[in-house]
Amino acid sequence: MRPILLQGHERSLTQIKFNADGDLLFSCSKDNVINVWFSHNGERLGTYEGHNGAVWTVDVDPESKFLVSGSADNQLRLWQVATGKCLYTWEFPTAVKRVAFNEEGTQVVCITEQRMGHQCAIRVFDINTEDGAKQSKEPRYMFNPIGSKATVCAFTLQPNIIITGHESGKIALFNVKSGEEIENNERAHSEVVTDLQLSKDRTYCITSSKDKAARIHDTKNLMVIKTFNTETPLNSAALAPNRPYVLLGGGQEAMSVTTTSLRQGKFETRFWHKVFEEEVGRVKGHFGPINTIAVHPAGTCYASGGEDGFVRVHHFDDTYFKAKPYGDLEIFD
Amino acid sequence: MSEPTNQIDESIDYSDIEAKYQVHFDESFDNVVVVDGLPVIDKAKLDKLVSKVVKEFSKKGVLIKADDISMPWDNAAGKSKGYMFVEFRNVDDANLAIANLHNHPFDAKHTFKVNYFADIERYQDFDETYVEPEQEEYTPREHLRAWLADPQGRDQYVTYRGDEVLIHWHGKPSQCEVAYKPEWKDFLYVAWSPSGTYVATLHRQGVRLWGGPSWKPQQRFAHPLVKLIDFSPCEQYLVTWSNEPIVVPEGATQGPQYFSPDDEGNNIAVWNIKSGDLLRTFSTHSDGDPTPVKKQMQWPALKWSPDDKYVARITPGQMISVHELPSMYLQGKKSLKIEGVVDFEWCPLGEKDKEDANPSNGKPAKKPRENMLAYWTPEVANQPARVTLMAFPSRTILRQKNLFNCKLYWQNQGDFLYYPVEVVELKDTVMDFSWEPKGERFAIVSSSDPNLGNPGPGITIKTDVSFYQLDHGKNDFRLLRTLSSRTSNAIRWSPRGRHVVLATVGSSSKSELEFWDLDFNSDDRKEGQTEWGTGIQLLGSADHYGVTDVEWDPSGRYLATSASAWTHTLENGYAIWDFRGQELVKNIQDRFKQFIWRPRPPTLLSKEKQKQVRRNLKEYSRAFDEEDAAEESNVSAELIAHRKRLVDEWNAWRLLRRKELGSADRPQSKDESKEEIEVWIDEVIEQTEEVVVE
Repeated sequence: MRPILLQGHERSLTQIKFNADGDLLFSCSKDNVINVWFSHNGERLGTYEGHNGAVWTVDVDPESKFLVSGSADNQLRLWQVATGKCLYTWEFPTAVKRVAFNEEGTQVVCITEQRMGHQCAIRVFDINTEDGAKQSKEPRYMFNPIGSKATVCAFTLQPNIIITGHESGKIALFNVKSGEEIENNERAHSEVVTDLQLSKDRTYCITSSKDKAARIHDTKNLMVIKTFNTETPLNSAALAPNRPYVLLGGGQEAMSVTTTSLRQGKFETRFWHKVFEEEVGRVKGHFGPINTIAVHPAGTCYASGGEDGFVRVHHFDDTYFKAKPYGDLEIFD
Repeated sequence: MSEPTNQIDESIDYSDIEAKYQVHFDESFDNVVVVDGLPVIDKAKLDKLVSKVVKEFSKKGVLIKADDISMPWDNAAGKSKGYMFVEFRNVDDANLAIANLHNHPFDAKHTFKVNYFADIERYQDFDETYVEPEQEEYTPREHLRAWLADPQGRDQYVTYRGDEVLIHWHGKPSQCEVAYKPEWKDFLYVAWSPSGTYVATLHRQGVRLWGGPSWKPQQRFAHPLVKLIDFSPCEQYLVTWSNEPIVVPEGATQGPQYFSPDDEGNNIAVWNIKSGDLLRTFSTHSDGDPTPVKKQMQWPALKWSPDDKYVARITPGQMISVHELPSMYLQGKKSLKIEGVVDFEWCPLGEKDKEDANPSNGKPAKKPRENMLAYWTPEVANQPARVTLMAFPSRTILRQKNLFNCKLYWQNQGDFLYYPVEVVELKDTVMDFSWEPKGERFAIVSSSDPNLGNPGPGITIKTDVSFYQLDHGKNDFRLLRTLSSRTSNAIRWSPRGRHVVLATVGSSSKSELEFWDLDFNSDDRKEGQTEWGTGIQLLGSADHYGVTDVEWDPSGRYLATSASAWTHTLENGYAIWDFRGQELVKNIQDRFKQFIWRPRPPTLLSKEKQKQVRRNLKEYSRAFDEEDAAEESNVSAELIAHRKRLVDEWNAWRLLRRKELGSADRPQSKDESKEEIEVWIDEVIEQTEEVVVE
């Protein structure tokens, strides 16, 4: 499994995303730039330039037509994937920490930071898919989640219901229309939720947290289905489609790593068995904590973005698909 | 409104408080002593006698006045009764008087007999009929080596983490369990005795030994603030050391198990383990040394002969003092005066020697070999530096050899003594040296790194590791192989020889473990002589971050590495590896301090028996293999069932969700066509520009 090293960022990665076909990989970083790459060979297709602050988050619609990005310059931008043109810009009082399309690509949810007297806000925008440049300035819905601020979010199966992860470790379901908290699990994690990724059918999701654990939750009732306990704070967790594995990434933050214990080996992508909750393997390579992991929608490769500013794309070997380390058990995806 | 407060005051009952603070008159007679043995006098001589007695008392440092003395009088005879009462201000003065004046000769005929007044009364009431002392019933003691009878042949180890000590069994993965969780509190560290019979804990008050299957306290040694201990090789004696000199407070318990005032100021004590008696104390400050130089103390300060018969102590530059046991007298009533002596070692007792001493199967008992000790003296005056081998107690010099600057290492069978200069002229500094146990090989770590000697953070010293073997043809040691440019600084031979682990310990950036086998193709070697040094093979390498201690288990099957919180606080914990370098157990625990295998005593099987076992190894191993297989299938059946259940649960949940989804959702596009991407790669292999000149 030879990795492809994508060297296009000057600062640490914040999020990476495959498009629905899996041929493109979007990466954003604290260096204000969003890059798009061919996932099969690591060639850079282009960049999306315009943000004036660290880009915290990106998402791409199911048709790979539009890209949304949120940044520390308080902007949410809509881009044309093919041309790299910025179609529309929304301005907010605080930084945009997380964006996500709904399944159809008709709506975008975004979380803005709680700062300078402004509360953490969740907004949902309708996206005009016909003419990308003509968007409504005002959000369709907006509300301020009560209590701990939200850090990650995604649309669930049901219309207008989003799932959120919070700074306190809480996972919750919100009705965006009313801003009402439908369901919550206060004790999902004991520290900030750092990532939330949905399964293909959106019936379950995996969350990672600084509390060193990752968990699979049922998106319907927020029940914890599986728990993966590691020994380092986790920044990202991803589900591997078609294979019963989850990928976890993290590492001690640069500040808390004493200079003497700097070890390359610590910053590994960990593969855990989704059902048995056992670690099955590790892939090393990053020189700093892993900030974000994404898996190809068909499960044929994965990419990890690190604090070291590199994206590493790994195409799985044949053995990965053929191996049956736990015998002949059929595990549904 | 409430009543005036003074009324309330009156109602309070003070009687309890008054009773509590009531001043009691001292009604005891502890401060009164009876002085007997005085001359019988008549009235006229009373004043004279009293003043004489007062004088006699004050001569001995006990000040009394004539008023304190009362003399009972036999009025009928008009004479004194020959004794008097003296009242002191307090008990301490009375104690002093008894200590100083009891049996004190007053004059030629009279001797003072000074006793407590209270004692006289007590002894008077004493019942004089003899009562047969009850015979204490014999309670069989626990078998201290019961752990060796473990049916699974497991080894034990102790871990100390935070305030918690655990004793574990270590065997096959399914047989590892906690053997005992002691409730020992407030101690410095734990230590096993050399054969594993006892485990010692060092407390503020002294050392405590525990053992037996119930881990009951077996013995204790009251050496306050003890810091270091050392067992004698046969576990008969214990040496304790404290940096604080011994102080015996007044009124301290006295007895064979306690320090007496004679021991004050010393800081090394030798104890008998079985009886708990103190044998002798020493001071680490050499006697008559005018300038006590603060030097690194050598530990063990007392070196035991391998049979526990002698213990020796060095006064650097002057002599070696050898004491006999159990009397602890100086052997031959004099020390070995050796000018300039720097270091010495006893020669260990080999298996052969032991066999000779305790013959089995009717062989005639040979005279046991005499103990030997080797010592090194540097260049003094006209005498060159040399190593001397001396037999003991006959004190005959067996051999002498002139050698420079060295440290002494005996091979564990006592067949060889290593001094580096004889074998090889090494240009580099030797950092570590180690004999192969029971073998004819040794390994040395040497370094020519310029950073050697000025350690700093992040500096890893490059080292070379070399193996040497005795070449029988030449009767000399020959280099087997040198592994260059390592970082290893520690050599750990398996207690059975053959396997060796090279480790990088105490480094913050490197923590490699290398597992080597020196007889990798030993099967070939039996058939015919193979090439020199080809048997060395790296079996595996591993890494234990921040490792501080590396230790083989007594059977040579497992290796334990630990990172102790005493050295650093990064990823403390321990790991156990097999001899090939496969990790078996890893526990990362905060505040982890100590890991020690329980040592095993030497085998009780005779050489013949051992050979027999080795011959029939296949038969034995078959039984073990069957056991293993049975266990494995057992475990795996359990595990498979567990996994099956997990998968079933998962699948059931997935099906439920899918059904819900299917009813509401549109069909998913199942036939995902794979897109073929053709990539043309133009690679310029070489580009040359040529200027064609016409």
